[in-house]
Amino acid sequence: MILNKETIYTKDLDNKKINVVREFDAPVEKVWRAWTERELLDQWWAPRPWKAVTQSMNFRDGGTWLYYMEGPDGSRHYCRADYSSVVPNKSYKGLDAFCDEKGNINTDFPRMNWQVDFKKADDATRVEVEISFASVEDLEKIIEMGFKEGFAAAHNNLDELLAGQ
Amino acid sequence: MRRDVFQAIADPTRRDILNLLALKAMTPNALAENFDSSRQAISKHIKILSECELVKQEYSGREIYYYFNVKKLKEVDKWLEPFRQMWNTRFDQLDTVLKNLKNKRS
Repeated sequence: MILNKETIYTKDLDNKKINVVREFDAPVEKVWRAWTERELLDQWWAPRPWKAVTQSMNFRDGGTWLYYMEGPDGSRHYCRADYSSVVPNKSYKGLDAFCDEKGNINTDFPRMNWQVDFKKADDATRVEVEISFASVEDLEKIIEMGFKEGFAAAHNNLDELLAGQ
Repeated sequence: MRRDVFQAIADPTRRDILNLLALKAMTPNALAENFDSSRQAISKHIKILSECELVKQEYSGREIYYYFNVKKLKEVDKWLEPFRQMWNTRFDQLDTVLKNLKNKRS
């Protein structure tokens, strides 16, 4: 089987949703672990040159993941995700937010709803992420922030080069 | 009041208007005939689309024709670009994590 590692993005502005779909060359159980265990999440969740560092994580219905994203300049952005509808190796939902280091939510920023589905595709796993927003304005704000916060990975290579890594 | 592309295309009627104009330039009257809403309501939508430059107008004799400004719509995709890049990078990193997991046979 040829794995389709191309990420598919679709946006559904009517329903304030963005869908992201991607296949991974590993069985569902492993992909699930990578999405739900802190040691593994910290290795990939932040797009380089950012780093994700978990402060606490309780992956279960009603549980919370508190982590920060550290930029190349050392700046930290704390985030939390509140989990619900956890069905092991199948799906979970998360509601994320920016917060302070104690997890107090910063209400200046919109929150995003996540629904992540894991589906067996032969020996591989298809992950479907649906991100939804309360309003179009929220969606717009999140995307604007993406620009500002420099999460954009376009300059990654350059940053790495400059940092001499 | 703010007028931007996002707001403009968030409305289903305005998206229908754009779809029609994507086929050919139309007069306001010809456009309105495609909708059940009042002419006034359609003019209002056109006004919003014009203000954010998704629709431009051209005079042909005494008639005004509206046409779809495709260039502006391309900006819509640009919003998604940082998001897209973030996820692409993330997923490539996840590939590496999964590869390591596999090798460790944990």
